[in-house]
Amino acid sequence: MQLKESFAGTLESGDIHVRLQPSEEPGLKINLDSTVAYQFGAQIKSVITETLEGLGIDSAVVNVIDKGALDCTIRARVTAAAVRATGKDVWAD
Amino acid sequence: MMFVPGNNPGMMADAHIYGPDSIMLDLEDSVTMAEKDTARLLVYNALKSIDYGDTEMVVRINPLNTPYGKKDIEAVVKAGVDVIRMPKTETAEEVVEVEREIERVEREIGCLGRTKIMAAIESALGICNAYAIATASPRMMGIALGAEDYCANLKTQRTPDGDELRLARETIVVAARAAGIDALDTVYSNLNDMETFRKEVEFIHRLGFDGKSIINPRQIEVVNEVFAPTEKAIEKARTILAAIREAEKKGSGVIAVNGKMVDRPVVIRAQRTIDLAIASGILKEEEVK
Repeated sequence: MQLKESFAGTLESGDIHVRLQPSEEPGLKINLDSTVAYQFGAQIKSVITETLEGLGIDSAVVNVIDKGALDCTIRARVTAAAVRATGKDVWAD
Repeated sequence: MMFVPGNNPGMMADAHIYGPDSIMLDLEDSVTMAEKDTARLLVYNALKSIDYGDTEMVVRINPLNTPYGKKDIEAVVKAGVDVIRMPKTETAEEVVEVEREIERVEREIGCLGRTKIMAAIESALGICNAYAIATASPRMMGIALGAEDYCANLKTQRTPDGDELRLARETIVVAARAAGIDALDTVYSNLNDMETFRKEVEFIHRLGFDGKSIINPRQIEVVNEVFAPTEKAIEKARTILAAIREAEKKGSGVIAVNGKMVDRPVVIRAQRTIDLAIASGILKEEEVK
């Protein structure tokens, strides 16, 4: 899927900042910066992967700064970044 | 009803901890146009995932005449919101239009009739049409005053005494009562003036409002204190309801309690006192059975 660089989210507590970039390589390359990476890094990456694959994105660089976001916030921010990157909304027009 | 910006995930995650009766996640005024898409997704995912317990969940959508309103309805109905709050409602037709959109989405996901509607009235035209708005749909569960926009529309400004809002408040209470739905008052934004806030809550309680919109958890305690019935009132209400139940068993309609006649309005007030005592956490439901 054709992507343009895009981001969503903030650096406020409880939020997550997600930047999506197109990649020449296949697969998702997730660079995670999180204060809770040691405990929840794998879980955060898994939510990001699942969300992007659900939207049909299987090749991208994902730069993420997490500030303790819940899974539902991660899903929301990743989806928002993906919608902005693809121009394809998840809601009917 | 506590207002929470729909673009603040931290606040959305914690809001119910403070125990408001209802939480209104806002997609309208507190969200910039550039962030409407992300706020909608945050609200959708929060409603789907966060356990808000028995807190009534409300979402204020953008008007249907913007590019956002229709998508807001789709998202929040699919997320299972309890109530959609319409902003700046001026006519019954606007309610019907929102109802139509809700119905379309509910049909798609198979939950027809689940979502309720609340309309915020924020203009002179809205006040003139209050009863028509309140009765525009069987989904209507309440009407609310939005004072800031109302004052701007009226070419006046808010004062601590609230004289400028008197007609609007009374109209909203009367229209809500006539329609058999709830009346909700506007927010008070100055968090540093709790004294005026308390006076305002006491005033709108006397007018007959069912509740107050708030913008900060600090305001919850005052609203609960003002709206919670006194021990004496609860005891009196329980005596009346017990007496009327006894009378009904014996087939008698009118009774006297402590020498005073108890008729239908007295019983309705007594029941409301008990309902408020339960809502305020003073009484447990099983205690009044």
